[in-house]
Amino acid sequence: MMLSTSSGPRRPAWLGPLIAVVVVYAIFAALTPDTFLRTQNLLTMARQTVVVAICALGMTMVIITGGIDLSAGSLVALTTVVVAWMLQSGAPPAVAVAVALAVAAAVGAVIGTLVGKLRMMPFVVTLGAMTVLRGAAKGLAKEQKIDCETKGLETLLSADVSAPGLWITLALAILVALMLGYTRFGRHVFAVGSNEAAARLCGIDPARVKLLVYTLSSFLFGVAGVMELSTLTVGDPTDSIGLELDVIAAVVIGGAPLAGGDGSVVGAVLGALLMTVIKTGAVHNGMPSWTQEIVTGAIIVLAVAIDRARHGKGRR
Amino acid sequence: MSAAADTPVLELSGIEKSFGAVSVLRGVDLCVRRGEVHALLGENGAGKSTLMRILLGAERADKGSMMLCGRPYAPDGPGDARVAGVVMVPQERTLCPDLTVLENVVLGLEPTAAGFVRRREARAIAERALGLVTEVGRRIPLDVRAKHLGVADQQLVEIARALAQGGAADEHGRKGMAARVLILDEPTSSLGHDDAARLFTRVHALKAAGLSIILVTHFLGDVRAHADRYTVLRDGKVRGEGDPKTTPAERIVTEMLGRELSDSRDVTHVGGYRGTEPIDEAGAEVLLEVDALGGRERPRKASFVLRRGEVLGIAGLVGSGRTELLRLIAGLDDKAHGTVKVHARKGVGLLSEDRGGEGLMLRRSIADNVTLSRRGPFVWKPKEILAEGGRWIQELAVKAAGPWQEVGELSGGNQQKVQIARLLREDYDVLLVDEPTRGIDVASKAQVLSLVRELARKGKGIVLVSSQLDELISTCDTIAILRRGELGPPIPAAEWTEEKLLLEVSS
Repeated sequence: MMLSTSSGPRRPAWLGPLIAVVVVYAIFAALTPDTFLRTQNLLTMARQTVVVAICALGMTMVIITGGIDLSAGSLVALTTVVVAWMLQSGAPPAVAVAVALAVAAAVGAVIGTLVGKLRMMPFVVTLGAMTVLRGAAKGLAKEQKIDCETKGLETLLSADVSAPGLWITLALAILVALMLGYTRFGRHVFAVGSNEAAARLCGIDPARVKLLVYTLSSFLFGVAGVMELSTLTVGDPTDSIGLELDVIAAVVIGGAPLAGGDGSVVGAVLGALLMTVIKTGAVHNGMPSWTQEIVTGAIIVLAVAIDRARHGKGRR
Repeated sequence: MSAAADTPVLELSGIEKSFGAVSVLRGVDLCVRRGEVHALLGENGAGKSTLMRILLGAERADKGSMMLCGRPYAPDGPGDARVAGVVMVPQERTLCPDLTVLENVVLGLEPTAAGFVRRREARAIAERALGLVTEVGRRIPLDVRAKHLGVADQQLVEIARALAQGGAADEHGRKGMAARVLILDEPTSSLGHDDAARLFTRVHALKAAGLSIILVTHFLGDVRAHADRYTVLRDGKVRGEGDPKTTPAERIVTEMLGRELSDSRDVTHVGGYRGTEPIDEAGAEVLLEVDALGGRERPRKASFVLRRGEVLGIAGLVGSGRTELLRLIAGLDDKAHGTVKVHARKGVGLLSEDRGGEGLMLRRSIADNVTLSRRGPFVWKPKEILAEGGRWIQELAVKAAGPWQEVGELSGGNQQKVQIARLLREDYDVLLVDEPTRGIDVASKAQVLSLVRELARKGKGIVLVSSQLDELISTCDTIAILRRGELGPPIPAAEWTEEKLLLEVSS
């Protein structure tokens, strides 16, 4: 009934971000009721959230295991380039997308092996991957944008409720939430992030869990890349620089501690939504972009501060 | 009935194990019967842990054989042992704090359909396992996160998990308890008196259900009250066995220590102090006054007065709250009640037991470590820092290539000297010294302990915590016993013998 991935008799982790979204939305709605409340505006906000939200699904899994993935933005850019490149060389859209997703998943498998089997620091591995993938995208695109016939892919995020991208995002969110909350694998993801030694004691192989988590999350980054292409309609190797930080921010606002062991899909999606609402609202109110950056940053810190106040009693 | 009860479940014969040139187990025989609580005793380093690791398959014996229920038993790893029904609850807590009780108990053996956890079945397994470890009418809530439970309940959940894991051999625990041998490693070390008593009623219930329990512990009192038989290990060999209820405690202690006479202070002792420097009770300046001090969990209540020139020893088992007491006095943790009055003008310094973890920066140089201080000049030239480091290397005779050498490259004894050098450089009046000789060689031990004595002669006040009882007796002026979080009155070291100390701390 609930999509919460955290259990226990306490306030669900996504309650905070939900309240925040509602409050911020209400404020902007009150300030500019005639433009902000239009259905069209809601749809625009939803579409603008899609890429960050899909990435946040993967990042939530990674962060629950106590890891981090800094290569999300580069992988999104690489995916747009791969899809555009395939389309340009005459491949049908389904094939182009399938190849791009396979590439993304393969990247994740490599990262997952380095982090899991070889026990390397996720921060360092994905920092390296961030640069390598960016370089690969530029190389494949010969340092320029790849124009292509999008052959229907542009309708993924068309400007109405029937846009498949929105529904794909929702379906993926439900799938990941179910997986984390209700499957054995999901339990093991939390266990590895919570106490790896204990997980090993119970016969769980943390290396395998991490391999799967990074593969799945990179696959999701690939899906986000396809969505990105649908709005760009070109393959752009310099796209989405810094996207990973927005994604991490969404997950953290959603209530996941970077130390691992906890996290919520619903919270992460709401976190992504919150950032879009702030951006859009600021634009509608004619506020300069630096104000929304300050507000977004303050909310990230505030989210963690509230979390700290709730959990850290008396420990020094 | 008695025939069935006497059947050996687990038989070990001639187990030998060495690591490099050090032989840890030298032909151990052990026989555990069905439905008994078998206590395994021995001082630190006697080989208990290695033996348990071999039982669990985490280590392989060099020689010897094991039989489980009449069949040869040679586990390849903890997974193997679990399938065979041999499970262990380790001393340190190993629950996943963020998972619920239910999730923890079934972790790794969740019943699934197409990957999805079958919640009702998982709940049934957890309930059954928890039912074995809780009294009728008392329930541990299944949906609470493990970190919200008290220590005692966490312990019960761990036992429940071990039992469920043992049952995993039979179709994912559906047949209930299939665990045959349950190893409890120091189960009561972090529990209060009432919780410990409650735990043992559960242990008796499990025993009545036919389970064999190996109890690894330092608490002689628990052994005498609850174990059916005991085995003493010393230096990798079995040195005594029998019925603890009829064997005098003194004899068990002698078996553990390996000395017939109580003249232990005569043995070549490091430190070599025999109370020849009596403290002027009335005249010596009081440096530290601790009154009814208590922490969140441990210690519960500790009071003492420390004077200039005095070495106060604190003897207690692991988990009695020794380290916590020192941390409270040093102000590293928040106290729950009581007072600490520091009269010493130059403050209180702590020598941590965890050298690598919090005592030293292992990847920094000796000079950097020694000069790490709140005080010091705003600009400090690297050359001068090195010179200062070099001075202390000479002072304490640290064996190192130079003050620029990384501390992590030094031997344990020399690392300890660097840690001490930092404290000496600060020139504190009171030193809280926690396990100063852990993991260092014999020669360094002697040096460290005589340094402690010398500092006292120079007018420092020292609180010394050590699990080496001979060290306490040979170094301290007075010794107080810390038992389950309560500190007894300091008694002159001359009135203690090792046997008496061991009896006191473990009763």
